[in-house]
Amino acid sequence: MSTRRNFMGMALGGFTALGAVGGLYAAKRTWEPLPSVKAAGFTTIDLSEAKAGELVTEKWRGKPIFVLKKTDDMPYHDRDVVIGSDRYLITVGLCTHLGCIPAYNSSDKMFNCACHGGKFDVSGINLPGLPPSFPLDIPPFRIEGTKLVLGEKGTEYNKMLADKLTRKV
Amino acid sequence: MAKFDEKAKPFSKQWLDDRLAITTVMKVLNIEYWIPKNINFLWAMGMILAATFGMLVISGIFLLMYYVPTVEGAFDSVNYTIMTEVGYGWLWRHIHGVGASLVFLIIYIHLFTGIYYGSYKRGREMIWLSGMLLFVLFSAEAFSGYMLPWGQMSYWAGMVITNLFAGGSLEATGFVEWIRGDYVPAQAFLGRFFMLHVLLLPLVIIGGIGFHFATLRLPHVNNQDGEEIDFEASAKLWKEGKKKESQVIPFHPVFLSKDVFIMGIYFILFFYLVFYNFEFAMDPVNFDPADGLKTPAHIYPEWYFLWSYEILRPFPTDLGLIAFGIAQVIFLALPFLDRSPNVAPASRRGLFKFWFWALLLDVLVLTFMGKLPPQGIWNTIGFIAAVMFFVLWVALPFITKLEKKIEE
Repeated sequence: MSTRRNFMGMALGGFTALGAVGGLYAAKRTWEPLPSVKAAGFTTIDLSEAKAGELVTEKWRGKPIFVLKKTDDMPYHDRDVVIGSDRYLITVGLCTHLGCIPAYNSSDKMFNCACHGGKFDVSGINLPGLPPSFPLDIPPFRIEGTKLVLGEKGTEYNKMLADKLTRKV
Repeated sequence: MAKFDEKAKPFSKQWLDDRLAITTVMKVLNIEYWIPKNINFLWAMGMILAATFGMLVISGIFLLMYYVPTVEGAFDSVNYTIMTEVGYGWLWRHIHGVGASLVFLIIYIHLFTGIYYGSYKRGREMIWLSGMLLFVLFSAEAFSGYMLPWGQMSYWAGMVITNLFAGGSLEATGFVEWIRGDYVPAQAFLGRFFMLHVLLLPLVIIGGIGFHFATLRLPHVNNQDGEEIDFEASAKLWKEGKKKESQVIPFHPVFLSKDVFIMGIYFILFFYLVFYNFEFAMDPVNFDPADGLKTPAHIYPEWYFLWSYEILRPFPTDLGLIAFGIAQVIFLALPFLDRSPNVAPASRRGLFKFWFWALLLDVLVLTFMGKLPPQGIWNTIGFIAAVMFFVLWVALPFITKLEKKIEE
């Protein structure tokens, strides 16, 4: 009697658990970004018209992208995107602390975040002792002449990633 | 079939009793649910919260009829359609905004009342835990609702708060994108938070309120002196007509009539704010439509989240997240961190008296600092207050262990 009841209990419990796992998996998949959202994740930007020392903001995956052609007095950094003799700062324009957009101040050549007081230099490096613990993220890019395809990983980007100069975005 | 009176007229008292036991239900939940006499107006906050939640549900129903949950339509449906076209649409919106703010004010009063009088221990632990669960649910409800007008503050609060789930150095950006359903807050994000705000969370909150009431029924509410009342003996006196000698009153109609009086005063304040001073609940920055390429100069949450926001702000990412996480759950542990056997007002509890006022003051300082821009002296004060918050909680088991037992 009790073994029969145990069997029924375990059979019911087993099928219920199976259904619950299936339901949770379906819920998890429903909550994921749609294929159309993922497919739209590539943007091409033209760097040839950028003026040295002037910040341009582009848009990629809904996020602001900072493009700053460096002037000669701005220090070189391995994070720079180099095309010919021109050096560019290309980063996602969101503070690595919690994602506000830092404002560029051309007089002290700093990106200042109003939310929690983070600061980044013209190479996107975070100043120590402030909330952000990482430099501004470099988006995946591939160089095509004077153009950049954002969202695709080129050799230069993969090298930066391997050298731990930026995080995966 | 249980025995029932064949001759009872349909829907008469006897007829309903045979089918629904309404007399028993009324006794258990109302006329023989005993409340101590020795209480003050602070004991009315529970019913005031229930009434405010009711106001939020009613105003929400009317807002829902014209609100459009799309990134193109949301902002105009709130700020143009509801505010200028819909007859009395402004009324529902102002009730909803003011109600959301006041519900937190009363929650905080309710919560600190419980701490002051020790109403969370010796049989009342589940009341405290279910109450804190409701606080978390109301926080989620407030946050999801704040997304819906799709203004600048909606967007950037959504951005910042969902980024918390990346867990700092854990770099769980995939998880953040899963929560948003996109790389940034967009249509998928607005749609799911709309669902949470108008359906799932209200359902869970209603269940939570029912549970909170249920946790009260057996241990009964505390009183101003933390006195252990013999409810059965006192109830007997009341029923015998010795109302003066009895230490208790029935929930209905005696306690409720006092409750309703205080509720009346509260609603004068409520509607004064709704009609004449609603601006405090309407952040001007959120009257700019959401723009993913422009952060407002200064981002801050609504006032009721400022204290926990200020605990996050002065630390580096990881430490800040850990501090923030602990601050969110530490209040749950209160019944277990308080090691003293006394159930008494804080004023009679030695060091705990100072602990209580220090905690209240610290939360107030954190709240004010959270609103000020992160610079100079404000940073220092905010940092000290954040550290103080943790010092207080770590000290609690020790100072309550030292506390002498109050002799009756």
